[in-house]
Amino acid sequence: MHLSGRFLPWVAAIAAITLVAGLFWGFFLTPDDYRQGSTVKIIYLHVPTALMAINGWFMMLVASLIWLIRRHHVSALVAKAAAPVGMTMTLIALATGAIWGEPMWGTWWAWDPRLTSFLILFLFYLGYQALWHAIDDPDTAADLTSVLCIVGSVFALLSRYAVLFWNQGLHQGASLSLDSQQHVDNVFWVPLVICMCGFGLAFLALVLVRTRTEIRSRRLQALLLRERMA
Amino acid sequence: MPDLGKYADAVLAAYGISLCLLAAVIALSWIQSTRMRRRLEEVEGRSSE
Repeated sequence: MHLSGRFLPWVAAIAAITLVAGLFWGFFLTPDDYRQGSTVKIIYLHVPTALMAINGWFMMLVASLIWLIRRHHVSALVAKAAAPVGMTMTLIALATGAIWGEPMWGTWWAWDPRLTSFLILFLFYLGYQALWHAIDDPDTAADLTSVLCIVGSVFALLSRYAVLFWNQGLHQGASLSLDSQQHVDNVFWVPLVICMCGFGLAFLALVLVRTRTEIRSRRLQALLLRERMA
Repeated sequence: MPDLGKYADAVLAAYGISLCLLAAVIALSWIQSTRMRRRLEEVEGRSSE
């Protein structure tokens, strides 16, 4: 708690600066794409949030595995704390994708492999949180949600790689690549990378805040229980 | 404000919805954190008396 308390203001400040700078640059200072027009500006929201939605679930997976193997209580709380933030990222990615899809693909939604697996990932985020709230015993809740997280990882993985497995989908391949022949032009790429850093740091700051709240909640429950026993 | 052309509605809707959702999760996390810290301080104060 002491260490996270020291880091949190810095992480939050850097996240805010990076996010505002990236979105400002992307929205105000980049040109329109010759095919997509101004809808290309949605990339600065859609790509970083989709990335964090998937990476957030993998972070929950790692924390859940640590809980199942080592029974480290904080790791279970980290997974619990990350879920609402990851769900918000998933929802933003779904909403911005649909808004971009309507003028570009001519439809808000298609049962495309990547889109469908992403929708299932969103439902897993919802179910994960519902399961935490449905079970009174925190250790049992952590056990069951960890198993759910492992199962959901299949869809997180599918969301990431579905475009490589199936060719019939509408969704295009990766916008970013280490191969300079493939990735988007630098005029879009630089603000996009800044936005990705901003969303990543914002995710980290929010998970830190929420984990600290969960730890305090556990301590509060313990103190109230002790009061009742006395 | 940049000229967004015929896609202005779509771009502004995407930014509006995203920023609202982001603000909501930040506000909710902050409110829950403040409330929990206050409650814990209150109970810790009561326990130490």
